[in-house]
Amino acid sequence: MPISFEMPESVKNQSQLTQMVAEQVMRPSARYYDEHEHERPTTFIEFIWPFMKGMEAANLKQSLKRAQKEDTPASKGDAKKQSSFQVGMIHLIENLSWGDAGIYLCIPGSALAGAAIHAVGTSQQKERFLNRFAHGGPKWGAMAMTEPQAGSDTSAIRTTAKLDPETNEWILNGEKIFVTSGSLALAESDGLVVVWATLDPKLGRAGMRPFVVEPNTPGVSITKKEHKLGIRASDTVSIVFEDARIPYDNILGSPELKQVAQKGGKGFKGAMKTFDSSRPWVAASALGVGRAALAFTRERLADEGIAVPEAAPYHRLSAIQNDLLEMEANLKGAWLLTIRAAALMDAGESNSLEASMCKVKAGKAVTLITQKCVELLGPLGYSRELLVEKWMRDAKINDIFEGTGQINTLIVARRILGYSRRELK
Amino acid sequence: MYTFNLTDEQRMLTDMVRRYAERTLRPGAREAEESHQIPPETIRQGWELGLLPASLPEAYGGFGDYSLLNGALIIEELSCGDLAATMALLAPNLVATPLLLSGTEQQKQQWLPRFCDETMPNVAAAFLEPVLLFDPEHLKTSATPDGDAYVLNGEKSFVIAAPQAEDFLIYAHDTGSDSTQAFLVPASTPGLQVGEREKWMGLNALATYRLSLEAVRVPASARVGHEKGLHLQSVLNSSRIALGAAGVGVARGAYIYAREYAKEREAFGEPIAHRQTIAFMLADMAIEIDAARLMVWEAAWKLDQGQNATHDAYLAARYAAGMALKVTDGAVQVLGGHGYIREHPVELWLRNASGLATLLGTMSV
Repeated sequence: MPISFEMPESVKNQSQLTQMVAEQVMRPSARYYDEHEHERPTTFIEFIWPFMKGMEAANLKQSLKRAQKEDTPASKGDAKKQSSFQVGMIHLIENLSWGDAGIYLCIPGSALAGAAIHAVGTSQQKERFLNRFAHGGPKWGAMAMTEPQAGSDTSAIRTTAKLDPETNEWILNGEKIFVTSGSLALAESDGLVVVWATLDPKLGRAGMRPFVVEPNTPGVSITKKEHKLGIRASDTVSIVFEDARIPYDNILGSPELKQVAQKGGKGFKGAMKTFDSSRPWVAASALGVGRAALAFTRERLADEGIAVPEAAPYHRLSAIQNDLLEMEANLKGAWLLTIRAAALMDAGESNSLEASMCKVKAGKAVTLITQKCVELLGPLGYSRELLVEKWMRDAKINDIFEGTGQINTLIVARRILGYSRRELK
Repeated sequence: MYTFNLTDEQRMLTDMVRRYAERTLRPGAREAEESHQIPPETIRQGWELGLLPASLPEAYGGFGDYSLLNGALIIEELSCGDLAATMALLAPNLVATPLLLSGTEQQKQQWLPRFCDETMPNVAAAFLEPVLLFDPEHLKTSATPDGDAYVLNGEKSFVIAAPQAEDFLIYAHDTGSDSTQAFLVPASTPGLQVGEREKWMGLNALATYRLSLEAVRVPASARVGHEKGLHLQSVLNSSRIALGAAGVGVARGAYIYAREYAKEREAFGEPIAHRQTIAFMLADMAIEIDAARLMVWEAAWKLDQGQNATHDAYLAARYAAGMALKVTDGAVQVLGGHGYIREHPVELWLRNASGLATLLGTMSV
């Protein structure tokens, strides 16, 4: 297929819905949920759930089909059916984040938990854990990785999983922080959390495994709700595990992976694989906020008689016009990198490098754009009467979670240099 | 669907151009820069690749279709080899493209087959002017209607290979229609004077000249597009795509060179690429090059689809030119003192990248 920037039909159709939700449901309540941290945006949740259910169902079906094809020898030669799930997600996330990034993060669905289960789970596990997201009322998936002492250095996690051979259960002990939608997943719906724990801290990365924790598991408690700079509508909690017992089969992955062995860092690689989809998602969210800030600023300036020309020589541009053009170009560059990362994944091709690239660029672009827009709009930009100041606060997280801009730059650097952590720390 | 893969044809094309750039353009670049000339053999070999005829329709002697996206792919490969030689090789395009986009049927029939010959046609475009604040929509060179003729007055800059040109395509401000128009002017026309060879910060292998016009009289039929005239934005858009692609090519060459140097060069007991400051500079270069390339591709694709993508092309050109300057500057920095000497190519690439932004940039953005 030749180079093309044609938006898929399915995405065009979906965009109408998401834009409408963003404009009519999210924007009007954006300031309210920013000032009432941890209240749930129920209207948004109920509105978007039927659509998300449909997406989950379709994605699960597609994922199972793909896995089936990979298992049968005869089909090895078959072309993988071109999915457009990731590209669809990018557009959806960007549109909804244009509406409100915090409210978007309350979107029901398997989210990061789903990403992990799709990346590492067996077909049976995908069905068992993901079917629920295609039925019934709104429910949430969450991922619990970070701990008080371990953020960028995921191999330093200390939450342990010990096997009780008599009951064939895993016993989890530890504390996770900064879990997005943790409460929604475990305490407010029939969802689930994918918890990264270690089979043996001495093994470092090689000992890390993902475990599915479901609601009403004794020993699991939500201990803290965070108060944040931005995305205040988003549910961010700490979860403590005290001898929490979960079924043996809740460890994600094929039998080889389940072995309590020194057999390689497959668990860690599984974590890395989920980032291949989640990093472009975060980039997309950042760019939605950036687009909101830029569009708003352009409109306000247009009211004052300052417009951006279609094309003009440098010396005919005012400083503000130049700033607007610079922001627009950065937004576009970041957006195209994000689309590329998503499209590669849909085509079944490797996209780790591209996922990290788009995350770095989007983080930088949205920081530049939102901070500059506040500046350009003078005193009103700083006021809580307008949403621009909120967008600056909302934007900042995107250069931090799912791998900081620095970590993602490090990943890009190692890849382009052919280095491991041995050569480049 | 969003797809980013080249077709087999495009791959063959870019492979062929890349081989020429790697084997001929790159090795000869330093010598050409220092001696202020490109070996005619280099140009001849480049012309024989048939790149321009491949973009002209069969009806005019070509064997392909005009595609800005293909043009971007080709120009990136050539520029990665050497920008000066690229511009020398593409000089005829500066005449062929406006004719293809805006010429009358008669003008196209008369002129375009010349660009499909075995040897490069001796034609030159004259667009830029030796002024501080250049504006493509407000040229200082004037074309005043006088009966069934025009009288041209002014001064042009950056006219490639002017002494050899048999015909010029001269852009001027048509005072009758108050718009930028282009005129086909034989070199022998009275009042036309090729001036001094110009001296630039970089791109010194490329022979460019001033061209002065004193009451140069041309028939009205010499105006490109005749009565309908020139569609300036289309011409500028093709320049913008070319500029953007050239920026990506120059930057790519610089980034790869700096990356490989950093993996070899040792300081404090290890290759400097082991240090985050250097590694992160290189990572940012890679990201910016990819971002700029996608912007150029998107704009080119939209234009090929017939969409109005002037703003996209403008943004892509601006971004790529700025990016190329930043990346080449970074490459000099990575090479440190050695990067400053006129032996490694990075200092030349920095000088050339600046030319991209200022010369081509002023023409198209």
